[in-house]
Amino acid sequence: MKWDWNAVSDFMPMFWHGLLVTLEALALGAVLAFVLGLVWAMMQRSEHAAVRWPVMAVTEFVRNTPLLVQLFFLFYVLPEWGLTLSALTTGVIGLGLHYSTYTAEVYRAGIDGVPVGQWEAATALSLPRARTWFAVILPQAIRRVVPALGNYVVAMLKDTPMIFVIGVLEMLGEARQYSAQTFHTVEPITIVGIAFIVISYPASLLLRVLERRLVR
Amino acid sequence: MSADSSPSKETVNPAVDGSELIRFDKVTKRFGGNTVLDSLDFTVSSGKHVTLIGPSGSGKTTILRLLMTLIKPDEGTIKVGGEYLTHEDRGGSLVPAGEKHVREVRKHIGMVFQQFNLFPNMKVMRNITEAPMHVLGLSRDEAEERARELLDLVDLTEHADKYPTQLSGGQQQRVAIARALAMRPQVLLLDEVTSALDPELVAGVLDVLRDIAHSTDITMLCVTHEMNFARDISDDVLMFDAGRVIESGSPEKIFSEPDHERTRQFLSAVL
Ligand SMILES: Nc1ncnc2c1ncn2[C@@H]1O[C@H](COP(=O)(O)OP(=O)(O)OP(=O)(O)O)[C@@H](O)[C@H]1O
Ligand SMILES: [Mg+2]
Repeated sequence: MKWDWNAVSDFMPMFWHGLLVTLEALALGAVLAFVLGLVWAMMQRSEHAAVRWPVMAVTEFVRNTPLLVQLFFLFYVLPEWGLTLSALTTGVIGLGLHYSTYTAEVYRAGIDGVPVGQWEAATALSLPRARTWFAVILPQAIRRVVPALGNYVVAMLKDTPMIFVIGVLEMLGEARQYSAQTFHTVEPITIVGIAFIVISYPASLLLRVLERRLVR
Repeated sequence: MSADSSPSKETVNPAVDGSELIRFDKVTKRFGGNTVLDSLDFTVSSGKHVTLIGPSGSGKTTILRLLMTLIKPDEGTIKVGGEYLTHEDRGGSLVPAGEKHVREVRKHIGMVFQQFNLFPNMKVMRNITEAPMHVLGLSRDEAEERARELLDLVDLTEHADKYPTQLSGGQQQRVAIARALAMRPQVLLLDEVTSALDPELVAGVLDVLRDIAHSTDITMLCVTHEMNFARDISDDVLMFDAGRVIESGSPEKIFSEPDHERTRQFLSAVL
């Protein structure tokens, strides 16, 4: 198979569009994973078993089933229940929900790492629960787990091509579409592969620096 | 009860009139099968400085932690300023206290920990203003003014903008004292507050506490192995053994001519 530079330049407009969609899905998915994961982690610390147990069950379930299955489920089953979302929104929810079960574990480790004396001091000062969480515990807990959270963003980046299965034209989707139209496969796939490396490798390096800075 | 209807209302009579401020009534505390406090009764009058002494494991820390609501009694009741701390009087019957009630009564109690437990993510100033602003509802200006007065009292005025880790242990403990006092508690609980410090830093902390003991009417409940300090500041000394008060009295009495052999043994071991 011959490398065709014309195919490269021909593919670029579609690539840029796909890149944008990938980054959009990644950014929104990551935000969702960060927020939801935090909610899970805090709920798992609830004093009420009626809160802890369902959260535990749901997160275990989601973590232990394939993202691909979850994406199909969201895409085909939610509309049955009258909830029709765009493919991208569905993809973002799928990615965010799936990864929230991992970030929940990360937060949990961070929260467990805060000395019990911090909780006791907050109690001794009668700080309201929200202040205890948001002003005392979480700033200490999250600082330590920023690199671990970042690792999951990189992992999520590598999972973004999966949302192609529900019809989102992210980078891989655009490449597939381009090759279906032109029968040029090597060029678009190679470009997409390079794009993943170009994004994720510096991100990993950055995380290593952060790790050295934040985790002591 | 008033505590339910108006959270900001003072539920503890703030007047220092020598009346009973703390009452333990048949308090039992177990950890697993280990009964640490066995039907303990004791009272502390308001304004008094009381030191708890006794051998390791006798339950001194447990008493302070019960008062701070860090742990719950298995049996018995604790009252602070006439209000039940762990229970609520609902139509004549005692039920376990709700969160709101506990908060209200607990506001009048402050504690300084052996390990300081300052919030490392906050500067000294915010360590002190955090609770007055978010619990008492003081404005930032009011809280900072209060904090500056207290920093002056503990001799750390120039350290307001540092993080706790930038301070020595003795300085951190003085910040912790200021932080507890900023809530204007009626009772200050001190659990071996100098035992985590390097020896040369102990005196500075004890001086501050002496100063507070002599210049305020705050009630103090103090666990310490610093017997000279205990002698200086205490109105009463309670000697604990195996979760019971076996002897109490003025420091002169307890330290010079205790009635109990057990007290004598203990003192000769620590002095
Ligand atoms: N959280 C806990 N779980 C199990 N046992 C505990 C716990 N806290 C205290 N104890 C036990 O309760 C007993 C009394 O402990 P406490 O800390 O009140 O003693 P203390 O008088 O403060 O001793 P020290 O002088 O060593 O500080 C000890 O036997 C201790 O092992
Ligand atoms: Mg102790």
